[in-house]
Amino acid sequence: MLKVRELSASLGKYTLLLVDVARDIWRNGISLREVLRQVVWIGNNSLPIVLLTAVFTGMVLALQTAYGLHRFGAKNYVGNLVGLALAKELGPVLTAVMVCGRVGAGIAAEIASMTVTEQVDAIRSLGGDPIRRLVSPRIVAGLISLPLLTGVAVITGILGGLAVATLELGITAHQYYRSYLYAVQIYDVVEGLIKSFAFGLIVVSIACYKGLQCRGGTEGVGLTTTSAVVTGSLAVFVANFFLTKLLIIFKFA
Amino acid sequence: MKAASPTIQLEDIHTRFGKLEVHKGLTFALQPGEVTTLLGPSGAGKTIILKLIMGLMPPSEGRVLVMGRNITDLDEAQLRKVRADIGMLFQGAALFDSLTVFDNVAYGLRERGERDELKIKQIVHERLEMVGLPGIDWKLPSQLSGGQRKRVGLARALASSPKIMLYDEPTTGLDPTSTRKIDDLIIKFARERGITSLVVTHDIQSARRVSDRWMLLSRGTIVADGPVAEVEHASRLVSDFVSGEWKDDA
Ligand SMILES: Nc1ncnc2c1ncn2[C@@H]1O[C@H](COP(=O)(O)OP(=O)(O)OP(=O)(O)O)[C@@H](O)[C@H]1O
Ligand SMILES: [Mg+2]
Repeated sequence: MLKVRELSASLGKYTLLLVDVARDIWRNGISLREVLRQVVWIGNNSLPIVLLTAVFTGMVLALQTAYGLHRFGAKNYVGNLVGLALAKELGPVLTAVMVCGRVGAGIAAEIASMTVTEQVDAIRSLGGDPIRRLVSPRIVAGLISLPLLTGVAVITGILGGLAVATLELGITAHQYYRSYLYAVQIYDVVEGLIKSFAFGLIVVSIACYKGLQCRGGTEGVGLTTTSAVVTGSLAVFVANFFLTKLLIIFKFA
Repeated sequence: MKAASPTIQLEDIHTRFGKLEVHKGLTFALQPGEVTTLLGPSGAGKTIILKLIMGLMPPSEGRVLVMGRNITDLDEAQLRKVRADIGMLFQGAALFDSLTVFDNVAYGLRERGERDELKIKQIVHERLEMVGLPGIDWKLPSQLSGGQRKRVGLARALASSPKIMLYDEPTTGLDPTSTRKIDDLIIKFARERGITSLVVTHDIQSARRVSDRWMLLSRGTIVADGPVAEVEHASRLVSDFVSGEWKDDA
């Protein structure tokens, strides 16, 4: 019972944080310079791992679908499946999880150590607002970076699939590309982008929230970092299901 | 002095974290210009008292009055104005790691809307001079010694000319010379500028040197309170605390 109470209390506080951020941006705007700095930081830290994840995912998808479809004599649909899976599901989700492991962890650790060394209290005592200084720019940067990273990841994954299709499976680039174009519609790309926006918000805001809630010295910083990554990744998977459901409803409504 | 209305009043303060009750009905008042030392064992809730006064957290019960104004029900925007009159030196100085010494000291001025960089520069240099650290503008906090960090923290807290100063263990972990320097500054600010001061410390020598009055916090309440000379010997609890005979199994 206590656990349920604690969970709903944290959910409440987390929601309040999001409200504070929205109010801050609404009232005071946002420092573009700080946002840009954060976008660059996020990109620098996550681009290599996101690209590696994407290329190998695209490659393995091509392999699996080719051998799976071979039985039905439908090898030509590899581009089709790789493209759809990456644009709608794997691109946004895997990118978000990788960003969470790298960037979410970094943000949580940075804010947590500011919290335990009382730097966050110092900001407030000097007339500043930690939401405005620390949280808002990072969340906006997350909203910008995740769709960009996801876009790059999807393209990289498709190229990875193409490499396997042509070199390993004897499918021509033309076939691959055609089946891709045939299957993936603009709507699927939009769906992926909508998801990646949401994941950007989720990953970064959870990291900020955890960082601000941190207690208990340097040990606390370590625990907070782990917890931000675990909670953030889980939240991405859960949100993915509900978002997919919502998007399906709207698509056919 | 005593006739003036108190600068800070705490009335029947209770602070709880879940089942842990840190303060169980605290009441005290600080008079203008007075330097009070708050003693107490680790974990007694001393830092929290400073944060209550600064309005960084609300008490679970009770009222905090700063210069006659009840701050317990104020929102963050109103609190920001109240905080302009209060400076705080944090336990570990809490300098912003990513900012230079200059930007650390200028931080509060800029946050409070000062745009005139010339004026900012003048105030920052004056404060750094005051704490005996001129010419280190461009250093980062990581390049400073513990004592220097504390003094930059002092300069930062003093930048907006507060009427109240809160010191959280200002000399803990410092060598005798640095300790002396900080103590002298605390005394100087109180005497020359009439700054009402509350000092939390474990350092008995410093406590003797800087304060007019001692309070001892134990098990959630103030168990001894009065002028140093009186309290130190009259109160058994205080003399035990001072001599290290203290047994507090709260
Ligand atoms: N946000 C919080 N959540 C839960 N417990 C807290 C919180 N802040 C403080 N505490 C607890 O309240 C108690 C008092 O904390 P406080 O920091 O005021 O102690 P202190 O008297 O300053 O001790 P020290 O001399 O070690 O600095 C401690 O037991 C601490 O663990
Ligand atoms: Mg303390």
